[in-house]
Amino acid sequence: MLENLLVQGLSGLASASSLFLVASGLTVIFGVTRIVNFAHGSLYMLGAYLAWTLVTGLPRGHLGFWGGVLGAALIVGVVGVLIEVLLLRRIYKAPELFQLLATFGVVLIVQDVALLVWGPQDLLGPRAPGLRGATEVFSVRFPLYELFLISVGPVVLVLLWLLFHRTRWGTLVRAATADREMVGALGVNQRMLFTTVFFLGAFLAGLGGALQLPRESVNLQMDLAVIAEAFVVVVIGGLGSLPGAFLAALLLGQMQAFGILIFPKITLVLAFLVMAVVLVVRPHGLLGKAPSTQHAAGPVEPLLRPSPREVRLLGWGLLALAVAVPPFLGDYALIVLTEIAVMMLFAASLHFIMGPGGMASFGHAAYFGLGAYGAALLVKHFAAPMELGLLAAPFAAGLAGVVFGWFCVRLSGVYAAMLTLAFAQIAWSAAFQWTELTGGDNGVLGVWPSGWASDKLTFYYLALALCTGATLLLRRAIFSPFGYALRAGRDSPLRAEAIGMDGFRIRWFAFVLAAVAAGIAGGVFAYAKGSVFPTYMAIPRSVDALLMVLLGGVQTVSGPIVGALAYTWLHEQLMRLFELWRLFLGGVILALVLFFPQGLAGAIGRRGGRE
Amino acid sequence: MTLAVEGLRKAFGGVKAVDGVSLSVAAGELLALIGPNGAGKSTCFNMLNGQLRPDGGRVLLEGRDITGMAPRKVWRLGVGRTFQITATFASMTVRENVQMALVSHARGTFDFLGALADRHAPRAMELLARVGMDAQADRACGVLAYGDLKRVELAIALANDPRLLLMDEPTAGMAPAERVALMELTARIAREGRIAVLFTEHDMDVVFAHADRIVVLDRGKLIAEGAPADVRADPQVRAVYLGTGHTHGVGA
Repeated sequence: MLENLLVQGLSGLASASSLFLVASGLTVIFGVTRIVNFAHGSLYMLGAYLAWTLVTGLPRGHLGFWGGVLGAALIVGVVGVLIEVLLLRRIYKAPELFQLLATFGVVLIVQDVALLVWGPQDLLGPRAPGLRGATEVFSVRFPLYELFLISVGPVVLVLLWLLFHRTRWGTLVRAATADREMVGALGVNQRMLFTTVFFLGAFLAGLGGALQLPRESVNLQMDLAVIAEAFVVVVIGGLGSLPGAFLAALLLGQMQAFGILIFPKITLVLAFLVMAVVLVVRPHGLLGKAPSTQHAAGPVEPLLRPSPREVRLLGWGLLALAVAVPPFLGDYALIVLTEIAVMMLFAASLHFIMGPGGMASFGHAAYFGLGAYGAALLVKHFAAPMELGLLAAPFAAGLAGVVFGWFCVRLSGVYAAMLTLAFAQIAWSAAFQWTELTGGDNGVLGVWPSGWASDKLTFYYLALALCTGATLLLRRAIFSPFGYALRAGRDSPLRAEAIGMDGFRIRWFAFVLAAVAAGIAGGVFAYAKGSVFPTYMAIPRSVDALLMVLLGGVQTVSGPIVGALAYTWLHEQLMRLFELWRLFLGGVILALVLFFPQGLAGAIGRRGGRE
Repeated sequence: MTLAVEGLRKAFGGVKAVDGVSLSVAAGELLALIGPNGAGKSTCFNMLNGQLRPDGGRVLLEGRDITGMAPRKVWRLGVGRTFQITATFASMTVRENVQMALVSHARGTFDFLGALADRHAPRAMELLARVGMDAQADRACGVLAYGDLKRVELAIALANDPRLLLMDEPTAGMAPAERVALMELTARIAREGRIAVLFTEHDMDVVFAHADRIVVLDRGKLIAEGAPADVRADPQVRAVYLGTGHTHGVGA
């Protein structure tokens, strides 16, 4: 028994090391550039793939292996520099979420490039020369390579510490982390600093990936798996804090190692639960500091007006078409149109808290998915009819909104967004691991509409009515006293409080409203597809919602609708026409971020000569 | 007395920022709170409106103890305020800013199905007319001139029929002519509506021209109080302001 615990503890330490490598790069990049680099997981994956190519291509032996690992990390470092110079440098002034969107575009592109170059199959790397065997640790056999990995974490921490405390460059990095504007005012070459920081961060991610080679197979799912964990580590440790990241990586590694022994059912939930608890107790992470200096007030938000007449007429025209044309369309078109209606509501629900509320959510899919599961579980366990299922959907999502929202709206900015991500991952893990209730990965099948709505056209009209109705109600709410109060809290919390408004309760209620709306979308989606899977709550779906809102433009009223139309259509076409649709989608996202920073609706509005 | 403050104290670490300050403001009276930088004006102010919790002492509004109450609750009891750096809602029009204060006053904040456009618009225009901003009612607050923003803030502060107005440096950042106009407006509104006004101010011309009474703070303590003429003649005040006092070796 004791030996067992020891082995678990040691393997927890080994995972902690690789996690720390990735997280340290992420946290350093965030500290200096304030960019939440979603593509960091992709750099990690690239590191692993490149190491596989180099190590298997180079002659066997120490030089081949270690040279390959180091070479892979260096190449990834250069890739990081390219990303910084070609993309991010152009958008440092853009809103935080646009930078996030851009890095997600990179994620999509890297996924398809990796697929193109290395193929879909898992790749197995060779063992590390000289560390192939196992050794006895307190009379327990333990792989040597794991012991080596355990030592890598602290060694890298010490090296980074020396780098940051003993070199001029490191001092500048620390100064920039503490107060970026001040460093700029002192005449430091920020461009050089940012580029080199990106090199270091990418190098560390690449090294983390490359060192995984002897441990596990290299595959295309590595990027999102590791980025979620790295986010957790960085947030628990405190954004920008290296020792914090190290501590959090240790904590998480051990939690996962022992979690398997103690709570095998909820290992996936565990990490995110820890993060949620830490953020509630210490809103800036274990060793993080509240951002002390905020010189520049946020950008002044433009006047929010109802869409101009022409746009509204166009909208009603589109709706008339959406009602009149479908009887003449085939099943495939009806399915696509139903999905567009659902996505429009999903996007509008996220926009409600992001635009007027100023709260970004990285985990909005949780409420979409919980709506879908709310309906599907009633079908599965109680054979409930569709009408009841569609009622249960917003209720389930709203309830989650009440609970999760209570935590999330206490925080702000990146921390709040991370907490929403954590809750979404908790919901996802529950759906994935609680097989008895949810069917796990196999999902819930047979979620079909009632007889009267089983025909594709009828169901399309039902979906259109529900989703358009709810979307229009959300539009209305934006210009209601409540919508204004929400915006008031975003524009000036000081003034809002000074005129008697309870910002917490207002944001909380908005969060619940958005969850309810997303739940309706999820419920309709469940019946449209006839089945519900954990992927409905996974990160990519949350990102879908973010993409739709950002493509449409956050600070416009018609934005989410335009965004949902454009994105769902584009997505569908790309998936149909191209094997490598991610590559194209990623390219389109980058183009949009670089050329239309106000989103599509914002760009159209500007072209029309409006403010 | 509309506002009565008794023995207010606040320390940050070892520094006694406010050390036993007592003062009172009557309805319709303009009381200026002045003192050199670091005298404790802002700390004192922030304790009155609930942003800071005092270490000791009491704040009474019309006899009711409001010490340490949250700002939004203090507002509900009839305290309007303006900020040193104006705080308005930039993504709304001037009228909508005032409407929001009225909506909150009527406890209609959580109405998410109605339209704000129908809520309290005439009353908002009335308030804007009082401060001379009705012509700009449809402009965005984000694009207004600074002096105009100060007027909008005053209209917002008047939305809940306040008994007391707390104005932190009401004329900071304004041109001299605008300063006089704004303070005359404030004085008129206060006297007509029997509203007590407590304001801090750096501009001594404004203070001596418009305050009914003046309270002078120095290093957390109240050193003088009285009519403008008396305060102007007070040797201790002169020492503090002219820097001739030997007690001020270290600038605040």
